Amino acid sequence: MTILVWIEQNDGQAVSNCWELLAKARALGQELDTEVAALLIGSDVEEASLQAFAYGAGKVLAATDSSLAGFRLQPFVEVAEQAVERTGAVAFLANASIRGGVLAATVACRQNAGIAANATDLWVEDGKLVAARAIYSGNIRARIQFESPLAVASVRPRSFPMPEPTERTGTVETLDATLNEYDIRQKVTDFRAAEAGEISLTDAHIIVSGGRGVAVDPQKGFELVGELAQTLGAALGASRAAVDAGYIPYKHQVGQTGKTVRPDLYIACGISGAIQHLAGMGNSKIIVAVNKDPNAPIFERAKYGIVDDLFTTVPALTAEFSKRLK
Amino acid sequence: MNIAVLIKQTPDTAELPKISVEEALSGELRATMVLNPWDEFAVEEAIDLSDRFGCQTTAVSMGRADETDALKHALAMGVENALLVDEEVASGGDEWAAADALAAAVTKVGEERDVELVLAGKMSVDGNSGVIYAGVACKLGWDLLVNVTRIVDIADGTLIAEQAFEGGQETVEVPLPVVISVAKEINEPRYPSFMGIRKASRAAIPVLGSADIQVAASSTARWTDLEKPEVEQVQVRIIEGDSVEEKAARLADALMAEKVI
Repeated sequence: MTILVWIEQNDGQAVSNCWELLAKARALGQELDTEVAALLIGSDVEEASLQAFAYGAGKVLAATDSSLAGFRLQPFVEVAEQAVERTGAVAFLANASIRGGVLAATVACRQNAGIAANATDLWVEDGKLVAARAIYSGNIRARIQFESPLAVASVRPRSFPMPEPTERTGTVETLDATLNEYDIRQKVTDFRAAEAGEISLTDAHIIVSGGRGVAVDPQKGFELVGELAQTLGAALGASRAAVDAGYIPYKHQVGQTGKTVRPDLYIACGISGAIQHLAGMGNSKIIVAVNKDPNAPIFERAKYGIVDDLFTTVPALTAEFSKRLK
Repeated sequence: MNIAVLIKQTPDTAELPKISVEEALSGELRATMVLNPWDEFAVEEAIDLSDRFGCQTTAVSMGRADETDALKHALAMGVENALLVDEEVASGGDEWAAADALAAAVTKVGEERDVELVLAGKMSVDGNSGVIYAGVACKLGWDLLVNVTRIVDIADGTLIAEQAFEGGQETVEVPLPVVISVAKEINEPRYPSFMGIRKASRAAIPVLGSADIQVAASSTARWTDLEKPEVEQVQVRIIEGDSVEEKAARLADALMAEKVI
């Protein structure tokens, strides 16, 4: 009986959201009287293994091979299924990233297991794991009851608090990479890492977003919004209107057809607050709206508002926070 | 090499907040139903690939026997064939039963038209799982690429694509057949033409039922206790001040006190 948690790695670095999940798994494991194992798959997993123990793993299962250096579904699924079968896992949990989502789904389908995709909570009822997830784009919440011996979930980033690392250590159990390079059908021929230093929207504690309100001078507008984001150590977001108008690339889009986020603080600058935008950020802890129009729907969801021109307000905020965060 | 594109008919995104628990449970939605927005990118890519590589395209959707609006939208955009899978074939089943039914439908299409590529959108705006295409790949035993931002080339039985993930972007080569979920960056979906709409409105769409395909029963998880999440009633505090500097200072005070900065 084991709860298995896949620790995703990018370029040899563990994805930090996985530690939130691992710490949660540790708490669930105590309730279920079940061991918690971290599953590491890669070419070098030494540092991530140490971190896994520090963040809550009782055991680390590791497959290391040069063929596992980058994520490819076929060999990663083989290793994950080997881990599930060897430990008699009752749960397989992954971060709901692009790769975590597809790994969890494929493992679940192959093991004929129930899945809670993009889950937002996990808990124990009558000695069994249960999950919550949103359907209808956040407009209905459902409880997911697993009917299979194995429960699989991909869990949204920031669903659980980030744990403090401990001094715990443990032993690493080795798994075999069952496929050699020749057997792996997919070949990665080129890789370009995301820009260094860029804060990802789904990980961010603070997000500063710009919308159609920048229209009179979009370049200047997003420069100002970007400066505020940088001052706060925040990720830069945008509404669909701003993306569709070509002010900023799609990867910054928050909302129905963009990213779903839930930071501690979301500052919406010149965003009216269409339903589709609220679907992506409505669960932020504190929403601040800066908008010239006092009747903009965003003010119905915001805790704090400034009714003023963003072209003067945003630089004033940047100046104020640079003073205070010195 | 021909293409099947998986699509779903979903509520208009503007009407999602109005959907009640009762509607969600019964499936009797009062909302305006449209082609799932994420699937428009898959349909557009299918049409674009058929122009580039001279292949045939078939849109496949699972739904009630009369739910053909999304398929007609795909036909109006320019997909050549449409096929509806009656959801009764996977009645009461889970995602894997649905995936099995769609995989069986793709196989059926393939018997006539040699399908080697299945395209799908990122997720549906109602189910929000994004797992069906993974299940279809699994049931077909095909490779899977996700969040593809560009199909570079298809030649000699190999497909070359760019796929994005949180940490970057990579170019991948994979032998056909393959299932691909597409990202929003891949293209700009076209609007159906007037001629396309007229043609689609007259199209007779074949329906696959339980007499045509067999689906393995699967019920690995149940959705229970559906509820509308309570939207926290927040009363906005408008920060007043004689200048933007004063407003900025007051907002900063409030946010520092909230301990979010």
